Amino acid sequence: MMEFKDIVTRFKPKFWHTETSPFNSQILFNYRRFWLLSIFLRFTISVAPMLIFLIMNLSLARTALQNENYLRTVRLTSNARRTIAYFLEERLDALKFIIQETEFQRLKDPVGLFSILQNLKMGFGGFVDVGLINDSGLQINYAGPFDLAGRNYRDQKWFRECYETGTYISDVFLGYRRLPHLIAAVKGSIQDGSYYLLRATLDITKFTQIVSSLELSEKSDAFLCNREGLLQTPSKYYGGIFERIDLPIPEYSPHSEVAEAIDRAGNPVSIGYAYIEKSPYILMLVKRNQEIMKGWYSLRKEMIWLFWGCTVVTLIVVLSISTFMVNKIYHADQTRLSAMDRLEGTSRLASIGRLAAGVAHEINNPLAVINENAGLIKDLFILKKEYKEDPQLLELIDTILESVERSGEITRELLGFARHFEPKIQPLQLHKVIKEVVSFYKKEALYRNIRINIDVPEDIPVIHSDHGSLQQIFLSLVNNAFQAMKGGCQLDVIAAKQDEKYVTVSIRDNGCGIPEDEQKKIFEPFYSTKSTKGGTGLGLSITYGLVQKLNGDISVHSKIGEGTTFTVRLPINLEGVTPK
Amino acid sequence: MKILLVDDEEKFVSRLAQRLILRGLEADWATTWDEALSKTEKGKYDIAVLDVKMPFMSGIDLKKKLEKISPDMKFIFVTGHGSEEDYNVGSKEAAFYIMKPFKIETLVEKIKQALEV
Repeated sequence: MMEFKDIVTRFKPKFWHTETSPFNSQILFNYRRFWLLSIFLRFTISVAPMLIFLIMNLSLARTALQNENYLRTVRLTSNARRTIAYFLEERLDALKFIIQETEFQRLKDPVGLFSILQNLKMGFGGFVDVGLINDSGLQINYAGPFDLAGRNYRDQKWFRECYETGTYISDVFLGYRRLPHLIAAVKGSIQDGSYYLLRATLDITKFTQIVSSLELSEKSDAFLCNREGLLQTPSKYYGGIFERIDLPIPEYSPHSEVAEAIDRAGNPVSIGYAYIEKSPYILMLVKRNQEIMKGWYSLRKEMIWLFWGCTVVTLIVVLSISTFMVNKIYHADQTRLSAMDRLEGTSRLASIGRLAAGVAHEINNPLAVINENAGLIKDLFILKKEYKEDPQLLELIDTILESVERSGEITRELLGFARHFEPKIQPLQLHKVIKEVVSFYKKEALYRNIRINIDVPEDIPVIHSDHGSLQQIFLSLVNNAFQAMKGGCQLDVIAAKQDEKYVTVSIRDNGCGIPEDEQKKIFEPFYSTKSTKGGTGLGLSITYGLVQKLNGDISVHSKIGEGTTFTVRLPINLEGVTPK
Repeated sequence: MKILLVDDEEKFVSRLAQRLILRGLEADWATTWDEALSKTEKGKYDIAVLDVKMPFMSGIDLKKKLEKISPDMKFIFVTGHGSEEDYNVGSKEAAFYIMKPFKIETLVEKIKQALEV
């Protein structure tokens, strides 16, 4: 669990933890929301068309498959119907031919009828027996395996129907041999005006063969049933012969049709059906929809997999793009904020400088008054004998004058921080300037056992700058370093060429260091950590002002206990740099 | 040598004059520009020590007027205000530019330098 968290943390963008609070109005965006919105919109725009395509495609494929199947079922049903109708027609036509061609006398003759049955069996096949029935329903002659002569059919339905319509085909029934049979009968007339019927029993094996020879898939079924729904040929799934089928009986139509239904097991099925003319039969081709749509289901499965694959890839791409973009914005924002921060700091220092200068101006005048008055008192004391000998009075006056001088120094430094003297630009050799400055501290260094190391490379270019300002800058920084160091420490003054335009001078001590929160304020006037030791708190702010005037900048890096490095960056040619 | 001190702060300028006199210099003082002008008209001064910022007329303008009356006069500016502009004009127009508060010895030395004594 922890490992997963670590991975998540690693992939979390940098802006994730940026809080937007009312106190931090600088931050323009809620990056997290922006990021989520970006992901949502991009993802939706990418995935929505894919989804629409998927649905449309599947629906089109489904319709096409359904149409194709409809046509195929209709064609198959129609062909099978024609075959069956032709089979029946052929048998009836054979009987009709016998009636037309054969004398009634011969039909009445048992030998004659037997010979006809033999011929029919040979010529057509499927004939089991033949009987001759007169118009009163009596079977007057019979050729076949059973003893049916003399039977009366007058009251039977088929007899009446055949008598009226001229031909008849019966439902399938179990004959005396316990085999499914059907009866075909035709009506003939004798010269005296009376009628007779020629009846034949047909074996349905041929019939069943026609139906079962239809090329159907495993889960499909084909059978004949009568108009009451009783099965006439055996069915694979919908009941045995003579049983009622599980399916609804489709409405009559002169053509082959396809109907949709649900079987008893609850499977949706398509039924291709045709009413066979001049017979009680309905041909039915039953296909399970699941079987029909098998191709479509596998297509759907494939396409859904493809869709998921694309979705995952899209999500990864969208995630990467959004993170990259929001990170860029975040960085740009951060850069802008820090630039604004720096600008704010600079302008704050400038305004503090102006304020300080204003105060200094106003204080100088009263200081001058005190100075002259105290000075006059001192002059008078020195002149008059009675006071000249009083050391206490003179000491008091000297204290006042000293204090005035000290105050004057402060105001002068303050004004120096604000005043913009025109620098006098001249070519300067850095190592000379640095050595000059360091030489002031040689004695102190010796006395306090501080090592001074100057590292100015040979190839450092001659810089064009103001000598006085540079001296003052380095003096102030070296002075600061000395105050931070104890005996045995080391001071490094390192110069380096930064690029074609700038050189840097670093003054590094390994003294006490500056706490981080103080580092931000050390360039502000009157900010001093050594005020108890008599510092004015102006040294670094004046240095800052001077460096600015020389179009350079100054930075500080410090760590408590390890020391402090001040780095001054100066233009090699002051005149070639745009003033700030 | 005769010195004229002009500053709107009487307690400053009068004491300064007194101290210069104690040091053996001939010093006179004024607190307004018209007083300074009338004094210059009456008697000749070798050098004038002027405050840069005074009410009604700045030290620099006053210097121009005094120069008309007495062309040979030398000038030293003193000021409590150390703006860049003041410094540039002051150091151009006068022999010296001194910031308040200053030591009397500094002033005496500058006066002597200006008069090349």
